Amino acid sequence: MQKNKTKFRRSLRDFFIVTDETSDGKLRSHITGLRRYIDKIKPNFMEGGRFSKLQSTFEAFESFLFVPDETTKCGVQIRDAVDMKRTMFFVVIALIPTLLFGIWNVGYQHVLSCGDTLNFWNIIGFGLLTTLPTIVVSYVVGLAIEFAFAQIRHHQVNEGFLVTGLLIPLVLPPDIPLWMVAIATAFAVIIGKEVFGGTGMNIVNPALLARAFLFFSYPSVMSGTSVWIADKPDAFSGATPLALLENGVSAMPSAWTMFWGGIPGSLGETSKIAILLGAILLLVCGIASLRIMASICIGGIAMGLVFNLIGGSTAMQVPFYYHLLMGGFAFGAVFMATDPVTAPQTDRGKIIYGLLIGIFAVMIRVVNPAYAEGMMLAILLMNVFSPLIDHCVIAKNIRMRKKRAINHQKATAK
Amino acid sequence: MGKFSKLITEPLRKTNPITVLVLGVCSCLAVTAKMKPAVVMAISVTVVTAFSNLIISLLRNGIPARIRIIVQLVVVAALVILVDQFLKAFVYDVSKQLSVFVGLIITNCIVMGRLEAYAMSHKPIESFFDGIGNGLGYGLILVIVAFFRELLGSGSLWGFPIVPKAFYAAGYLNNSLMILPPMALIIVGIVIWIQRSRHPELQEKK
Repeated sequence: MQKNKTKFRRSLRDFFIVTDETSDGKLRSHITGLRRYIDKIKPNFMEGGRFSKLQSTFEAFESFLFVPDETTKCGVQIRDAVDMKRTMFFVVIALIPTLLFGIWNVGYQHVLSCGDTLNFWNIIGFGLLTTLPTIVVSYVVGLAIEFAFAQIRHHQVNEGFLVTGLLIPLVLPPDIPLWMVAIATAFAVIIGKEVFGGTGMNIVNPALLARAFLFFSYPSVMSGTSVWIADKPDAFSGATPLALLENGVSAMPSAWTMFWGGIPGSLGETSKIAILLGAILLLVCGIASLRIMASICIGGIAMGLVFNLIGGSTAMQVPFYYHLLMGGFAFGAVFMATDPVTAPQTDRGKIIYGLLIGIFAVMIRVVNPAYAEGMMLAILLMNVFSPLIDHCVIAKNIRMRKKRAINHQKATAK
Repeated sequence: MGKFSKLITEPLRKTNPITVLVLGVCSCLAVTAKMKPAVVMAISVTVVTAFSNLIISLLRNGIPARIRIIVQLVVVAALVILVDQFLKAFVYDVSKQLSVFVGLIITNCIVMGRLEAYAMSHKPIESFFDGIGNGLGYGLILVIVAFFRELLGSGSLWGFPIVPKAFYAAGYLNNSLMILPPMALIIVGIVIWIQRSRHPELQEKK
């Protein structure tokens, strides 16, 4: 028995750790068992193998475990170390503060509304139980569809959904029914992304599309005052600051409360501190565009100031800086609008795009209280227009340079 | 009769006016929230395309080329008024639901498209069958779209509740987006997607 056990252990060790003799006679151990195992089963998944239909799935898991050792055979030799996998992972890391705060806040709002004792573990436990299923459903449904499409089209599985799958739960109310999350994720991935050719080809941001789908499909679970706190007693008012916008600034929580985030709302949008942390990480790593974030804020502030000047209704009199703190403005500006696929590529285009998002978001909020979340609609609208913005910016540049060349020619001819 | 049956069945599949020619999409978005108006609309359009094709084909050698659109419009408009009056007389409630869209059959691209593309250059009987075929092809898509929109958007079919009460009790909700026109466009898109992947010859060469 003992002997068997040792034998088993040894074979296990041989499987994972291989000891080689290097050229200078030293012994070196390294983890190649797994690598060897993968190499052994690889032919089965290649063209003509038994499981050749699962090639994309196999490649996805292989590149998940090991950095691919393939090099380009022609063309570009030097590549950026930050490939798509790294980019996506940085965004996921940047989302973690908002996620953690969101989990805490879901529990906090629930405990607060029920009048329970504010015990930390009470809060976190409830928050985890409410939010984790949503995240799991979003990832499982989305990844299943991504893998299936990659398989059918013989593409590689892309990492794009790692971010989308986390963004979807973060922009939904905490206790949204899971079947709705599944439908919305499927809709967003199929109609929003795969129809256009997969990751990098989509016109609108898939995570926002999922939210818009739910917003228009099931308004009763996506708007109003009763959905933003999980398991809330009926008597407790669960209105978000945005819903109170119509009643003016006196009805709303203080700017400080909205900044640190102890307010009802979607999972990830409440704490501006957590969002700022994420924004700093994204900016330091050079992943998101500062131009877009800054111009959205400027656009929002400008529109807020215009409404302050008009001051026609109580909603217009709300101070301009409140708009940056309410609802999904900050979250959208940092994580949604900066999506490199759906935002313009040109520098000037990014500024136009950002300014218009800020302006439209505040305008929709103030002028049309039925569509409280103006940020979502503003970003989706500008997503659609971003290719046009790019086109105009480039065309203008071409015209300008042509003119300059002609002028130069004229000057030298004289 | 092989030729005539082909004239009727082809537009149901490979030459479908909505999914392949992409004509008549506007009314497809407007009238497909429920099954009943969709079916009535499909029948009305079939009648109009069939008889306008027949009449224009009979007249085709006498119509001066420069004013042919006006002549076609007069014929189509007369037929549409007949259909409209008929609907008002016999199915008044559906006629009210369809409101302006019956009148707008005049501008339905399929009617004009078939007149220009087929009736002006073919014999009357063939044109008549071509009109019926294209009307049915249009109707088929209308019914498919309306089926999904009514089932998922209102939980009913032909006005009768289909989704059991127990579903609603368990938390199921009707999808309001299905009632809105954008979803009709998306369903038509999905139908086109399925059709094109089943008939590779419809796909453009890359």
